[in-house]
Amino acid sequence: MDKDMPEQEHVTIYIMGKKYEVPKDLTIMRALEYAGYRYIRGCGCRGGFCGACATVYRKKDDYKLKVALACQNVVEDGMYLAQIPFYPADKASYEVEKLTPTADAILSRYPTIYRCVSCNTCTKSCPQEIQVMDYVQSMLRGDIAKAADLSFDCIMCGLCASRCPAEIPQYNAALLARRLYGKYIAPPAKHLADRVQEVAQGKFDAEIEKLMKAEPKTIRELYDKRDIEP
Amino acid sequence: MAESIKKVEATREFRMKQTMPRLTAAEKSEILKKFHPDYKGGSTRALAVGPSKGSKVPHEFADIFESYSLITPENFNISKIDFDVDVLIIGGGGAGAAAALSAQENGARVLLATKLRFGDANTMMAQGGIQAADKANDSPAIHYLDVVGGGGFYNVPELARVLVIDAPGIIKWLESLGVMLDKEKDGSLVGIHGGGTSRKRMHSARDYSGGEIMKVLRDEVTNRNVEVIEFSPVIELLTDGRTCTGAVLYNIETEEILIVHAKTVILATGGSGRLHVQNFPTTNHYGATADGLVIAYRAGCRLLYMDTIQYHPTGAAYPEQILGQLVTEKVRGLGAHLCNREGNRYIYELETRDVESAAIIRECLERNLGVVTPSGQHGVWLDSPVIDITNGAGTTVKQLPAMYRQYMRFQIDITKEPILVYPTQHYQNGGIVINESGETDVENLYAAGEVSGGVHGRNRLMGNSLLDILVFGRRAGAAAAKKSKFVPPGRLAIEHVKKYHKELQEVGVEKVRFSPMMLPDYRRKEQKKSPVPVV
Repeated sequence: MDKDMPEQEHVTIYIMGKKYEVPKDLTIMRALEYAGYRYIRGCGCRGGFCGACATVYRKKDDYKLKVALACQNVVEDGMYLAQIPFYPADKASYEVEKLTPTADAILSRYPTIYRCVSCNTCTKSCPQEIQVMDYVQSMLRGDIAKAADLSFDCIMCGLCASRCPAEIPQYNAALLARRLYGKYIAPPAKHLADRVQEVAQGKFDAEIEKLMKAEPKTIRELYDKRDIEP
Repeated sequence: MAESIKKVEATREFRMKQTMPRLTAAEKSEILKKFHPDYKGGSTRALAVGPSKGSKVPHEFADIFESYSLITPENFNISKIDFDVDVLIIGGGGAGAAAALSAQENGARVLLATKLRFGDANTMMAQGGIQAADKANDSPAIHYLDVVGGGGFYNVPELARVLVIDAPGIIKWLESLGVMLDKEKDGSLVGIHGGGTSRKRMHSARDYSGGEIMKVLRDEVTNRNVEVIEFSPVIELLTDGRTCTGAVLYNIETEEILIVHAKTVILATGGSGRLHVQNFPTTNHYGATADGLVIAYRAGCRLLYMDTIQYHPTGAAYPEQILGQLVTEKVRGLGAHLCNREGNRYIYELETRDVESAAIIRECLERNLGVVTPSGQHGVWLDSPVIDITNGAGTTVKQLPAMYRQYMRFQIDITKEPILVYPTQHYQNGGIVINESGETDVENLYAAGEVSGGVHGRNRLMGNSLLDILVFGRRAGAAAAKKSKFVPPGRLAIEHVKKYHKELQEVGVEKVRFSPMMLPDYRRKEQKKSPVPVV
C-alpha cells in the first residue's frame, strides 16, 4: 500500500489555485490524495506508463510553465498545479492493411504537420523527454524509421499537442509512424512464419498431448531434467 | 545504504565470474513453504457463501466476496434498455481489446465498456515481454513444459495447451498490426530468458512491451469504429436466472445507471493488486480492484486457485515515492545480479517468481542480510550496472528506457548504481474457471485474461500474461461472437443478486460492506467515507 509518510516537513502547493500544505516528499499524485482528492480522472497506472496524469505547473514567482507526470514527480514548495487528464486532439482513422510506408501516408492524414514552425515547444513540454520536434521533422522528410524510433517511449499524454501553436496531434501521428515501421519497414520474422505454418500442420500436437496425459511423476521428471539454453 | 553500495561495487568483478547453482525441486518447495506470503498462517479464510463456498482465499478477497451489491435488487428498474448489442466486453485492457477485435471480425455488434480510460490496464504497464516458442531450438511442447513446471503442475492442461500452441500465431498477428517488436537486422525476433524459461523465447518491445501492444490494439479498435464507453464500470451482471443476458453499467462521473442487453458477455476486467493483500504495495494500475471476479461470483462462476498471489520479486524498495513499482524481470534477463547487503549473490537470478520472492524475503527477514532504508523498508540489491559491463555500454538505455528514465527522475543512474528491491503484489494467479473458448460456468458469460484462473496454475511465468490476454481475448471474442448468433433475446433480471444477498444473510454477514470496490481510496483516514449503495 502507498504508505502514510512519517511526520515530516511540509510544503505549500496550490491545486488548481487552492492552497494546501502537504509532506514534502510526496509525489504530486500522492499529494493530491493527501489533500483529500479521490481520483476518477487524471490517474491511471501510477507507474509512468499510461499518460493519464499529465500535469502542468508553474512555480511561484517564475513565469515558466513546466510539465510532469503526477505519479512520477515530487511536489516542490510553491507549485501551482493543474492536471490535463484528456486532450481533444485529432486522430485519423485508417485501415493499416491498405497503407504504404511513405511520408504521404502520415502527412495526408495529419496535414497540420506541414504547419510545424520548429519552435520546439513540443519537445520542451514532453514529460518523457522525447525529441518531439525532431520526430515531426523526420515525418516531413519521410524518414518513418527515425520518427518511429524517436517516438517509441511516447505515453500519449497529449501535452505536446496541448502546447503546439500549429495544432499538430504529434502523438497520434507518431503512433501511425510506429505502426507503419512495425508492419512494413522492419523485415518480417521468417522463423515466426515458418513456426506458424508448422503449428497449423499439427506438427506439435502429438507431443503436447503426450505431456498433457503424462503421469504427475513423469512430467515432474521431464521438467526437472529439461535442458536449459545457456 | 551508501556503505552497502560500496560492498556491491567491490564484489562485482568476482560475481561476474561466479556461477550460481539452480535450486533443486526439494529446495524450491522448502523455501516456498517457509517464506512465500501465500503460506503465511492466518492470511486466508474459507468463503462463507457462493459457488466456491469453503475455498480458502486471502481475507482481502473474502471481504469483497462477502459483501452486498451496490444495487438494491428489490426495487431496481431494468425496464429501460440503453444498449442492445451482440457482444458486451467489460474491460478496456489488452484482453478486452483483443476480444473486441476478434468479436467484430466474427460479425458481432460489439460494445466495450471500461472503468477508466480505454487502455488504463495492467497491459499498459507490462514491461518485460511476451513468450512464444518460434525459434528452431524451441517448440510449443517445450514451452508447455516450462508453463506447467512454473505453475507447480496445477495448470489446467487444456488451457496451458492453447496458450503455447496459439503463441506463434499471436506474435504473427502483432507483427501484422505493426507492433514494433525488437528484431535483429534480418527481421528475426530478439529472444531472451525470463524466470523459469528453458529457451530464450521472451520477445519484447524495449521495456514498453505491453504499452506498445496496448497502444496499437487501442488504435485498431478505434479505427474499426467499435463502440467504447469509458469511465463506466460494470457493477452487476444481468441473468435470466440461468444464462447471462447483459450487465448494469455505472457512469462514475455522472453517477448514471445504464442497462445493457447483450447476447453474450465477456469479462476482461483484469486483476486485483489494489486490494493490497497482506498490505503489500502493488505494481498494478489504479483500477485493479477485482470487480469482474465479484460480479461473476455472484452470478454463479466458480473460482480456482484464489489462494495464490504472485508477488513480483523486484518491486522498487527505494526511493519511497515509487515503492512497489515494477522493476522488470528483463533487468535480470539481461544479467543483473541479486545480492545482499554484503554484496553476495544468494540465489540463481532466473528461478520462477514465487521462488525468487521467497528468497528475497528469507534474505531480509530470516538471515537479516537485507538493506533497510531510512523509512524502514527492507530490500536487496539488484546490481544493474552489470548489464552494460556484460552487454556493452548503452544497452541499459536502449533496452530499458522506461527503467532508466524512472530512476533518473530521482537522480539514480541505474547504469552506475544498483537498485534496491523487495517483492510487491503483481498478479492474480487464480480466477474464474474457464475452458479453451473462455466459457465460464454461466452460459453466455465468457472470461479472458487475469480475471480467469487455471492457465498459469499457481504461479505464472514472465511473458505469459501478455500472451494469455491475447490468446484468450481472441478466443473468447470469436466464441462469444459465434454464439451470439444463436442466442434469442434474453430476459433481463437480477434474481441472482437477491439469492446471493439471502445467502449472505443466512450466514450472518452484516450489511456493512459493498462491492465491487471500483476504485481504491488513498485519502487520509479522516477523509475516507465508507462506500454506500449507488442505487
